[in-house]
Parts: sequence; structure tokens; C-alpha cells
Amino acid sequence: MSTGHRRKTLVRLLVNGEEHTLAVPVQRTLLEALRYELGLTGSKQGCDKGDCGACTVLARPRDASGRGEPILSCITLAQDAQDLALTTIEGLAGPQGLDPIQRAFADCGALQCGFCQPGMMLSARALLDQCPRPTLPQIQEALSGNLCRCTGYTKIYEAVEVAAGLREPASRPPVSSERAAASDQVAHVPKEIAP
Amino acid sequence: MTHPVHRPGHVGARFPKVDGAGKADGSGVYADDIHLPRMLHAKILRSPHANARIRGIDVSEATRYPGVVATLVGAEMPAKYGVIPWTHDEQALATDHARFVGDEVACVAALDERTADEALRLIRVDYEPLPALLSVEDALAHPEIKVNERAKVGNVTKHVELEFGPVDDALARAAAVCHQVYEYAGSTHAPIEPHCAVARVDGDGNLTVWSSTQIPHYVQRELSRVLGLPQSKVRVIQPLLGGAFGGKSDPFSLEFCVAKLALKTGRPVKILFTREEVFYAHRGRHPMRMDVKVALDRDGRISAVDNKIQIDGGAYASFGLVTAYYAGQLLTGPYRFGTYRFDSTRVYTNKPPCGPKRGHGSVQPRFAFEVALDEAAEQLGIDPIEVRRRNFIGENVETVNGQRITSNGFLKCLDLVEAASAWTERHGKLGPGRGLGVAGSMYISGTAYPVYPNEMPQSGVLLKLDRSGRVTVYSGASDIGQGVNTLLCQICAEEMGCDPRDVTVVAADTDLTPVDLGAYSSRVTFMVGLAAREACEKLADKLRAAVAAKLGCAPADVRLELGTAAGPQGTMSFAEACQLAEAGEGATLAATGGYRTKKLGGDYRGGTIGASPAYSFTAHVAEVEVDEETGIWTVHKLWAAHDCGKALNPTLVEGQIEGSVYMGAAEAQMEEMIYDQNGLLFGPSLLDYRIPTSLDTPQIDAHIVESHDPNGPYGAKEAGEGPLHPAIPAIANALHDACGIRIRQLPFYPQRILRLLRERDARRGGSERVA
Repeated sequence: MSTGHRRKTLVRLLVNGEEHTLAVPVQRTLLEALRYELGLTGSKQGCDKGDCGACTVLARPRDASGRGEPILSCITLAQDAQDLALTTIEGLAGPQGLDPIQRAFADCGALQCGFCQPGMMLSARALLDQCPRPTLPQIQEALSGNLCRCTGYTKIYEAVEVAAGLREPASRPPVSSERAAASDQVAHVPKEIAP
Repeated sequence: MTHPVHRPGHVGARFPKVDGAGKADGSGVYADDIHLPRMLHAKILRSPHANARIRGIDVSEATRYPGVVATLVGAEMPAKYGVIPWTHDEQALATDHARFVGDEVACVAALDERTADEALRLIRVDYEPLPALLSVEDALAHPEIKVNERAKVGNVTKHVELEFGPVDDALARAAAVCHQVYEYAGSTHAPIEPHCAVARVDGDGNLTVWSSTQIPHYVQRELSRVLGLPQSKVRVIQPLLGGAFGGKSDPFSLEFCVAKLALKTGRPVKILFTREEVFYAHRGRHPMRMDVKVALDRDGRISAVDNKIQIDGGAYASFGLVTAYYAGQLLTGPYRFGTYRFDSTRVYTNKPPCGPKRGHGSVQPRFAFEVALDEAAEQLGIDPIEVRRRNFIGENVETVNGQRITSNGFLKCLDLVEAASAWTERHGKLGPGRGLGVAGSMYISGTAYPVYPNEMPQSGVLLKLDRSGRVTVYSGASDIGQGVNTLLCQICAEEMGCDPRDVTVVAADTDLTPVDLGAYSSRVTFMVGLAAREACEKLADKLRAAVAAKLGCAPADVRLELGTAAGPQGTMSFAEACQLAEAGEGATLAATGGYRTKKLGGDYRGGTIGASPAYSFTAHVAEVEVDEETGIWTVHKLWAAHDCGKALNPTLVEGQIEGSVYMGAAEAQMEEMIYDQNGLLFGPSLLDYRIPTSLDTPQIDAHIVESHDPNGPYGAKEAGEGPLHPAIPAIANALHDACGIRIRQLPFYPQRILRLLRERDARRGGSERVA
């Protein structure tokens, strides 16, 4: 049996503006290097084969500007990412706090379990960097590589539009209310709640 | 850009999730984010056979492999377990019988995951392959071949037969009967987070397991039993959970393996399932075959429903005993049934075990019934919405099978989706290839009984007030993304007037928190909400008394709101009120609350299964478009109105409705667990087992209806599972409106639609020739 995986190689990674030099097994994926070598556990492993998008990070050539394009870190070898400047979810917030995308996802209820969201938010950030006022079809296209199992995507679209300044978070009147007759087996009687 | 001004997060407010920022910035800790010093990584060897006797397992070579620290086989923890105490039929690792392709057989812990994976290949298992039973038909036809030795009769997990009223008489007198067979495909939860567990044993022999589970309490019980440790020595902690949907509500092999390996090695051990392994863990939607009769009298009232249900259970029982009941018991609303009979059989087969996927047991019969109801109404020329309205069961009534319904906002739900979809103007009039369909449903807000009989609370809360004004809620409830931790903060704000952001929730830790039975059967917010409210009321009384003494007024005149305590002649901060109360108490300010359901359910064997303190109701209208050349169809829009009793947080409720609708539509569109003739699951990956992307998901229009249930917290009922049910039959009924076909088999693959269109054309051509 091969034990070639124990051979390590030195890789240089530029992540969130910080330069790291790591000795990793040659087949170490970028996702594993981020999560297990650098402790950047915000990038998630959902499938480890490029199907779900939870491991999405942003990448650009080191000499370019901006944050770059979404890439799948689970199917990128760490040693192949040395020429890139990477942004993970931990690098998205700035000195002023959360990025508008992060704030909007939290405010709009676009986060349920939250597991797909780092990748989803980075894809959304890349979209808004390229296209500050996207249409709904553009949002759907840009996020189509990031699977979400909780939200039905509805509130994610809303969050992207809120982050782009295209709309306010939902404030629609919530409910159609009608009061039920009292039960004879009341366990706990609800109090009147002020609207 | 602008952000919403947060109103105080009282009950009913659109308050952002309290764990939202931690999830947004990547700092939230999920099970696989836990990394402990000296931690080992383990991998599980799985059976390549669907059914095989295990004559021997030799791990000696694997044990010697460099980097391997320990190996584990089933004989080291042979005790059987299962989430339901009556059906303990699983082993963490098989000792003598592997029952499906992917069944767990042995385990290796090593310094790193890859080494463990390599060492698995050195384990020699002596299998004697047996014939595999891969369908209900085969499993019933071959009782001499046992899929699971626990089955008393043949391969039957559970058989239930119940009749309420003279069904055959009603069928004989009916004005219209629809009698059809419906087939529901199996599907799986596919949470984006794979299962993961980490175990550690301290110097005193205390075991801690962090697991991506929905049921910390049951996992604690089963770990204790299987490992032979006192429950007091076993601590289970649920970290942030990356989606579950019922797929993490059984005890799983990996939890036992990490625990046993940690005990063996004295080192922390982690197992992270690969995506492929998540598919084998399964516990997803049961495939069901339903032979249904729905009878209407001449007024269009439902006079009889008769359902013979065959359930393909896979290799283990899981919640299957309950599934066999739910498949019948949960159909009896929102409509009044004159008479009702079901005959439900869950069968063991050599496939990954099925279990409770969102809408456990009742999504499949709901599909069959709602489509059959449409067909029967069509025979009488009654509009699909009208027939549902006419059969509305009402409020404060008992169903035909003895379930007590309190609040019921179903009519309002129907009204909303009828208006929103412009049903009256558009149903039947959208022209060829486009149509509308409607369906309704009912679901439980928790079950009246825990899975193991006991008289203790199903949910408890411990509440502590600090002199800083910080509130700490200790809750055993599992926040699996639905947002219960946020709702607990809102309940504190509602009752004590504190800022909800000054509330810390310590949750789902069996050492630190009171009991909660877990996140299943849509029980969480309902039960822990009531427990929390009770504890809050006790502390609010203490605060009011202390403030009243200081301000010289009556306790009833003290208002706790907006972070202050105010009397007629003075105001103080919430923190000051806490200090006064703590001084008065002479001890830490704390209170407990608990919830236990009163006795509910019909007075017959099984009558308590499906009994719930409150039922939610839903109506959907779907709009579809069909390309008749290809059979390719799309859902343009789904309007969903859900009676959740009271929306404690409308944003979270809408999220539950939208997520449910998405998941239901996905089952109609594309999802199916497919096996080859050897029982090998086809394509256990998120590429081959397709789940909808943003481009596949229909537009969803969610409406909240509040019926203010007398039993729920602030009137609330469930919202997490009910809204899934009508999506599938609404789509099927819309396909009928669009092109006159009745699809009775899931998923609604385009090739199936095309075949039905050709049959329709043949019928039409034939009738024209006859004419």
C-alpha cells in the first residue's frame, strides 16, 4: 500500500491578507489546509467533491485587485492555490464589522442552520462586486453552485437584494388572525399579546 | 444602506436570530469544527453486500498498520439499540449479519483520517452472501429469509389495522368513489452538514460526546446502555447543527464508535461521515405504496376513506413502529371523515433504513389522499377548493379516530391561497399546458408521549438572572436551524421586559441543561416555549415584588418593559431590578418551568399515536407549466398559507414554510433513492442524487395564518413540517388542470409525464373514433 501521502510539501498561502507557510501532505486540499492547518473553520465541508458549494472561497491572482471569483476549495489542492490571494468568510468582515452581505443574511432570516451560508455569502459577495445591482435571475444564476437545504432560497434572494440596497428587509404585515374558541381542555391559557 | 430598526424582540416580532452573527462571520462551531488535543480520526468499514452472514472479522493486519491506534469490532459493544425502546434492532457494528450495502462492520482509529481509511482495506471480513430482499413484495414473499431477526412475523416491522365506522357500507352507498394506487418514492434529508461526532473521556471516566444530533437526550440514554456506563457519566452536547430534517434523530453508529474508541484509547476521537456515508445513514422518507379509496356522498362530503399501505422500511426499525401508525393516524384532518380504515404494514428490506423525514409518515398518504379527493370531486363536478371547504372539520372537535383538534385556521388558509392565486378566475382556464392545483393538510405540534414511557416533563427550562441584568436560559431543546434559541430570548423579553440580546441560551447539553426530548415531531417551540414561559413568569413575579417594595406600589403596578422596571412613581433599569430581587431573595435568582402533555388520544390500542396537544393546518396552490412535446414541466409558483397558531417570530415562521415548500416540491420534481439489483444505492452524492439549486426552486409565496391555539405558547403551533405536505399533491393536481393527466407515482419525472400524455392522447383519439 502506498504511504506516499505522508510526503509533505511546503506551500505558501495568502489568506485574508495574511501569508502562511505550511508543510502539508501533497494531496492536502485547500479546504483541509484552511480548516485543519489554519483553523479557518468557517469554510465548510458538505460533500468534499465539488457538488454543494459549502467550501466556496474567493480567489484572485496575487497581483490583481479586488476579491476575485468563487472557487471550490475542496477540489483545489493547497499547493495549487499558492499563486492566489484568498478570501474566506473570516476575511469578509472589515474593521466596521460585518460585511453588508453578512448583516443582510442575519437580518433577513436567510440563515437557518447556517452551514451553507459562508459559501453562499461569498458567492453573493462576488456577484455584488461584479454587478452591484443584480436582477433576480442574475442572483439565482450566481448562487446556483451553492446548495441550501433549509431556506428554499427565498430569503437568501431577499438578503442579497437588501445588501445591494435594492429593497428593505421584509416588514410585511405578518398574519391573518382569527381567534379560536376556547378549548375545554386548556392546558395553558394564552395571554393577550399587544400587536 | 439602511438596516431595520430592531423593535424590542418581543413575542411576535421579526427579531433576527441570536446566533445569526456567529453563523454569518464563520465563527460558529459545528461538530467538525471541534478539534481537541491528541485527537484521533476514525473511519468505519461498511458491508459491500446487501445481505450477508458475517463468519469472521480479522482486524490484526489493520491494527499493525503504521499510524493506527485502535480497531473496533461489534463484539466489543454488541448490545442492540434503537430510538424506540420496543424495537432495539441495531448494533453499532454488525457482529454476525450485515443487512444492507453500507451497513457498519468495523472501525479504525488512527492519527489521521487518511491512515484510518487505508487501514480499513486491511480488515478481512468473511462474508457469506445471502439473497437480498430489496422490495416489499420480495420481503413478504420470502419470510424464510430474515432481513432483521427482530421481526416476529416474516419481515414485518409493524402491522396496524384500524377501522372507524362502517367503511364498507359507506363505500357501497357513495355517490362517487376514487379507487387508485399511488406510489411514493423514497427520498433523503441531505442536510448540507454530514454527520459528525467527537468523543472525549476525562481522567475520572466521564464521557463527553459532541454530536450533530437532534436528540441529545436519547443519544445519552443509548450510549449509556450500549457502553454499560451510568447515564450520569455520559454527557452529550449538540453543537451548532448544519441541517437535519429528521436525518439526525436516531442514535447513529458513529456516536457509539467514537465513544468506545475514546474509552479504549484514552484519547479524543472524531468521526466525520463522508457524503456517501450520509446516504447510507439515511432514515429518510419511506417508499410507500397506497391503495386508496375515497368516497363522497352526493353532497360531496367525505363518507369513507380506505387506505391499504405498504411501507418499505429498509434494514432497521428506526421510528418505523411510529411510521406505520402515522401513515394512517395523521390523515383525519382538516376534513371530516364519515368513516375511515387503514391497514398499514412496514416491512424490513435490505436497504439503508428509512425513518422520519420532515412530515414523518404522513407526507405520502397525504399525497395519495389529496389527489384522490380531487378525482372524486371531479366525478361530481365540484371545484377542488369547494370540496375542501365543504368538508372542513372545524374547531374544538374530535376526528374520526379520536384526535382532539383545538384551533383550526384551515379555511382561512384556503381563502388566502385562493385569492392570492386568483383561483376563481384562473383555475381550469389557463389553457393547454398550464394549470393550478390545490391541496390541504394537517400536522402535529409534538406528540403527547415520549418515545420511552415516563411521567417526567418532556421539556424543561432553568432560568437564571444575574445582577448585571444578564438572563441565562438553560434549555435542553435542540436548535437545528429553526431558531428555537431565538424564540427563547423573545419569550424572556416578552415576560420580563429585558433586551433579548441580553439573554444567553445554554442549550442541548445533557450535563448543563434540563431535559428536552429532542427536535422531532414538531414539538420543540411548542413544548420548550411553554416551559420557558412558566419559568419567566415565576421570575417576573419576583422582580415585580422587589421593585414594588422599593417603589412603594403594588406588584401588579410594576411594568417590566424595554429593559426597565417602572412603577407609577419611578423607574429603574432591569439590572437594578435584578439586584433588588437578588437582595430580597438572599440567593441566586432562578426558576424552572416544565411541560408535559395531558392525556390525549383515542381509547384504543394505538390511539395515543398521532395525538398531539395542537394541530397545524396548511393549504397550497401550485401553478405549473408542462411542455407537452417533452413532458418537461416547471412549477411557476407555490402559494402556501399555514396556520401556525401564533407566529412568535414571523421571519422564522416564513422561513419554515418556505423551506418546507421547497423540500416538498423537490420530492415531486426530482428526488429518489434508487438501488440496483444488488441493493447498491445509485449515486450516493449530491451530484447524482439531485437536490434543487436556486435555478430549480419554484417561487414561493408564504402566508401566515394565526388561529391562537389555547394550548400552545402564546397560541403558537408548529410550522416546521406541516407546510411540506400539500406541495406534492397540489403540484399533481395542477398537472391535471394543465393537461388532463393524473400522475400517481413520485417523482413526477418528465418521462412519466410524457407517457401519461401519450396515454391521454390515445384515449382521446380512441373516444373520437368511437364517437
